[in-house]
Amino acid sequence: MTTKIESRVTTNETVIEVAKVNKWFGDFHVLKDVSLSVKKGERIVICGPSGSGKSTLIRCINHLEEHQEGRITVNGTVLDENLKNITNVRREVGMVFQQFNLFPHMTILDNLCFAPVWARNMPRKEAEDTAVMYLERVGIAEQRDKYPGQLSGGQQQRVAIARSLCMNPSVMLFDEPTSALDPEMIKEVLDVMVELASSGMTMICVTHEMSFARLVADRVIFMDGGEIVEENTPDKFFDNPQIDRTQKFLSQILAH
Amino acid sequence: MTQITSEADTKTFEPLAARGAPTRQIGPLNWLRKNLFSGWLNSLTSLVLIGVLLWVLPVMINWLFLDAVFRGNGEVCRQSAGACWPFIYEKIPVLMVGVYPQELIWRPAVAGVALLALVYLTFSDRIRGFVLISAWLALPLFALVMIGGAFGMTEVNQSLWGGLMLSILLALVGVIVSIPLGVMLALGRFYGSPLVKALCIGFIELIRGVPLITILFMVSVMMPLFLPPEMIINNLMRIQIGMIFFSAAYMAEVIRGGLQAIPKGQTEASLALGVSPNRTILFVIVPQALRHVLPPLIGRCIALFKDTSLVIIVGLLDFLGMIKGAALDPDWLGFQTEAYFFAAFVYWLICYSLSRYGRALENRGPNGAKR
Ligand SMILES: Nc1ncnc2c1ncn2[C@@H]1O[C@H](COP(=O)(O)OP(=O)(O)O)[C@@H](O)[C@H]1O
Ligand SMILES: [Mg+2]
Repeated sequence: MTTKIESRVTTNETVIEVAKVNKWFGDFHVLKDVSLSVKKGERIVICGPSGSGKSTLIRCINHLEEHQEGRITVNGTVLDENLKNITNVRREVGMVFQQFNLFPHMTILDNLCFAPVWARNMPRKEAEDTAVMYLERVGIAEQRDKYPGQLSGGQQQRVAIARSLCMNPSVMLFDEPTSALDPEMIKEVLDVMVELASSGMTMICVTHEMSFARLVADRVIFMDGGEIVEENTPDKFFDNPQIDRTQKFLSQILAH
Repeated sequence: MTQITSEADTKTFEPLAARGAPTRQIGPLNWLRKNLFSGWLNSLTSLVLIGVLLWVLPVMINWLFLDAVFRGNGEVCRQSAGACWPFIYEKIPVLMVGVYPQELIWRPAVAGVALLALVYLTFSDRIRGFVLISAWLALPLFALVMIGGAFGMTEVNQSLWGGLMLSILLALVGVIVSIPLGVMLALGRFYGSPLVKALCIGFIELIRGVPLITILFMVSVMMPLFLPPEMIINNLMRIQIGMIFFSAAYMAEVIRGGLQAIPKGQTEASLALGVSPNRTILFVIVPQALRHVLPPLIGRCIALFKDTSLVIIVGLLDFLGMIKGAALDPDWLGFQTEAYFFAAFVYWLICYSLSRYGRALENRGPNGAKR
């Protein structure tokens, strides 16, 4: 796939609204006045040096981390201490981790059925049908009865994506989904992500795969030191970065 | 043209066929040198051990088999220098079930068969998950009903329960109740609010700071002195509760080790899917933690089974109690050695089987050596 995936933003409906969010780990100021608004169908790529707060930002969106100031709204629900709101938001927001985090004691099929059954009270039969459908979509239906430890990294990450999709989320968050993979396996995961993007899924991806960003992103966001430094369409971002810090970063990652 | 040149320049990669690993031929002499006589310290140790074996083994074999009496009564046995096995045959029923009514012995036997069947089903992976856990939780109840009698079956008073049956029952109920209790204590200590955490730590440390024998004395002798008479439950039940508490405190610490070993990503993945924290702990964390600590958990089960032999001190006639009684039978005086040898053998056999069984379980499942 080399042709640009056209933007799927059709409405003005905002799915995620991050407004002036600040967060500290102890005395360490990780997120500084971060604001970000994501529309339905929009695909955002976040990049930036290690430790710049990319993971922390997207982990705040499903409240795996708690922000101390500002306001995060997902599908109209404000994330606060209300546990019910948090759980509801998490059911709407899928997340894919760098380390896959599949449940090693469950078969692939059980990994996929787990959340629909225990978080949505879906009947087991229905959950299995959904699971098989998504396994086929990511191309590993034949592995359904194996355990995660028996799969390659690329296969595990595709299972992890399918597991999130089984909850029928309206947004998907990806935290460096290909960083723990051998080069040969990166493409199979990116292909799944590209396919997901072309189906109209709203996505926020932390990744340094620039070809992926050019192909699917509506916007690329560059973070450094807990701030959003620059934000632009991929072509303008890569070909004509406006800020010196971005230029330096791009020259470093493109040098490889 | 260029096309053709470049094709001619390209070499095709031919992968090498895989070969089997070389097998090393080791002769018996080489084996001896490598395993027993490498270096002077090892050689000396080997010689001493071989000497001890050559001295002990013949004595043992003579006593156990060659000089032993296999048929006859106490008189015949006393004429011989070897072991008196007729004594053990005659005592087998009482060693197994104590003074339990002879005509009802089929009931504990059925419970025993149920236990063995469940052991087999667990190992063969025929039943799993919820069904497996329910079956194990139901087993002690089933055994108690069969042995004690209920639902129209003749009741057998608890003072008549004894022998190996009682030992196994105490251990089985002890293990199966103390594991869930241990899980709860471990979770309380690991995830609980400060108050819950303090209570769990207090309970665990209190129990672990006291020898089991002291706990058994407390529940058996002292508790009736302090409790109002209508609250006193029978001796066996008090002792069982004492053993459960004792075991749970140790299980809790073992399980806590397992909880600590589960990566944070597991919790996060489950929470991120919208699964509630409680269900995450129940279905994601606890099963992995238990699997992780299976070896020490089995060690605790074996220890508890051996510890049941202490109940003799508070007046229960378990297997060891029956052995002691048998050794004092006037018809068979003087055969204590046989009695205690047999006791040691049965304890060893059961503990060793448990240990092997545990290892077989460890090797199964997604994290096992064999997948
Ligand atoms: N749980 C935590 N406690 C303390 N510091 C943390 C924690 N998580 C992350 N940090 C720190 O916050 C900073 C941002 O982390 P992160 O969001 O993971 O960065 P990125 O994903 O951009 O590499 C890093 O300096 C990291 O060391
Ligand atoms: Mg990160």
